[in-house]
Amino acid sequence: MPLTPPAEPDPELKMNWASFYAVISGVNRHSTGIGRIWLSVLFIFRILVLVVAAESVWGDEKSGFTCNTQQPGCNSVCYDHFFPISHIRLWALQLILVSTPALLVAMHVAHRRHVDKRIYKLSGRSNPKDLEMIKTQKMKISGALWWTYVISLFFRIGFEVTFMYLFYMIYPGYKMIRLVKCDSYPCPNTVDCFVSRPTEKTVFTVFMLAVSGVCIILNIAEVLFLVGKAYGKHLHTAGESTVGAWIQQKLCS
Amino acid sequence: MSWPILYAQLVGVNRHSTSLGKVWLSVLFIFRVMVLVVAAESVWGDEQSDFTCNTLQPGCENVCYDQFFPVSHIRLWCLQLLFVSTPPLLVTMYVAYRNQRDRKRLLEGSGRSSFLSNKSQEEDLDTLKRRRLPIAGALWWTYAFSLLFRLLFEGGFMYALYVVYDGFHMPRLVQCDQWPCPNLVDCFVSRPTEKTIFTVFMTTISSICMVLNMAELSYLVAKAVTR
Repeated sequence: MPLTPPAEPDPELKMNWASFYAVISGVNRHSTGIGRIWLSVLFIFRILVLVVAAESVWGDEKSGFTCNTQQPGCNSVCYDHFFPISHIRLWALQLILVSTPALLVAMHVAHRRHVDKRIYKLSGRSNPKDLEMIKTQKMKISGALWWTYVISLFFRIGFEVTFMYLFYMIYPGYKMIRLVKCDSYPCPNTVDCFVSRPTEKTVFTVFMLAVSGVCIILNIAEVLFLVGKAYGKHLHTAGESTVGAWIQQKLCS
Repeated sequence: MSWPILYAQLVGVNRHSTSLGKVWLSVLFIFRVMVLVVAAESVWGDEQSDFTCNTLQPGCENVCYDQFFPVSHIRLWCLQLLFVSTPPLLVTMYVAYRNQRDRKRLLEGSGRSSFLSNKSQEEDLDTLKRRRLPIAGALWWTYAFSLLFRLLFEGGFMYALYVVYDGFHMPRLVQCDQWPCPNLVDCFVSRPTEKTIFTVFMTTISSICMVLNMAELSYLVAKAVTR
């Protein structure tokens, strides 16, 4: 089989990640500084790398998987046995799931705005300028929004760790092996099967894992920052207080 | 498949939905349309070219593929998403009709009373366009019917998928003896495990959407009853 250059990523695919980006980056306004860094890392080092580079590396994963046999069906079966789900699909699912908690925050902000508008209207200030101001003002991360934000961060960390663990379970050691030995029906005996571009795949797997780790660290830093900020604010406003009183205040706000 | 066009149509629906309706719309676009385009379509991309049968008989692979896969999963899901997205457009059409009717009334009313200035008339028309109609009366019935249709279409397509493929599992090997295959031949499906994973995923999200629709319907009924 002649070696072919990797295929260009599908333009419709790029467009759909672009529309996903438009949806998620709307959340940017209500994030902390670390949250915005996380979002940029997500888009530049993960989604862009996935679409522009990784997808062409894995593009010929099935057509380039060759087994040392002419038995029809042996290739398909061995490929399916060793690669239950492709890296690319796992990363796509990981990115989609990791980005969705941010939408919880967006929904909460929209709900708060709706409530503020109602209050304004009831108090008689239904000036269109005031209502426009509600729409464009930046929400402070306090009260119930603080809890939504922190919970969304915990979900993000949870999804990231789960996917890293899944990767480790399905592809032990995160390394792409060059040769696999397979003896599922209909392969006549134990046949040697060769994976296409194993080194390039290992390089990209390690890269995506490293960026995943960086994202986890950023999320943990953001949680610590938010907790520290809230505790500092509480100390400043209430003077000497116990941690219990602080937690009670947070729960009731 | 131009999903952005559908997205543009449905974003307009968002304004007249309840909060559960907005959640349903987000789940639809992120977990179904996005996953379909970004992941599932590449998994099913080589479904026919990589369907291999243990025979050199020309035409056997085509015939066997056609027997076991009358409609591809991807096409079924695309149709399901299209059918499920159309009932909300009923609501948009009704709102547009109401706005049109109220605009006509406003213009007729201002024509009779000539002391209304042009500017206040424009402001009134603007507020008419931008207002959010409360879900009551005929709009309530339209919304409730659209929810019922959504539920019917979701259930219908899930049942169709179950019946056509005998469950949600993709077999690795199918045995086929259609003419012109010489005897019973073994045919191997490409990426069966990955396909099973995605079928189960899409079915789960479909069920979540059905639960959201049922919750929205109960919420509407409860709201109407308390009123």
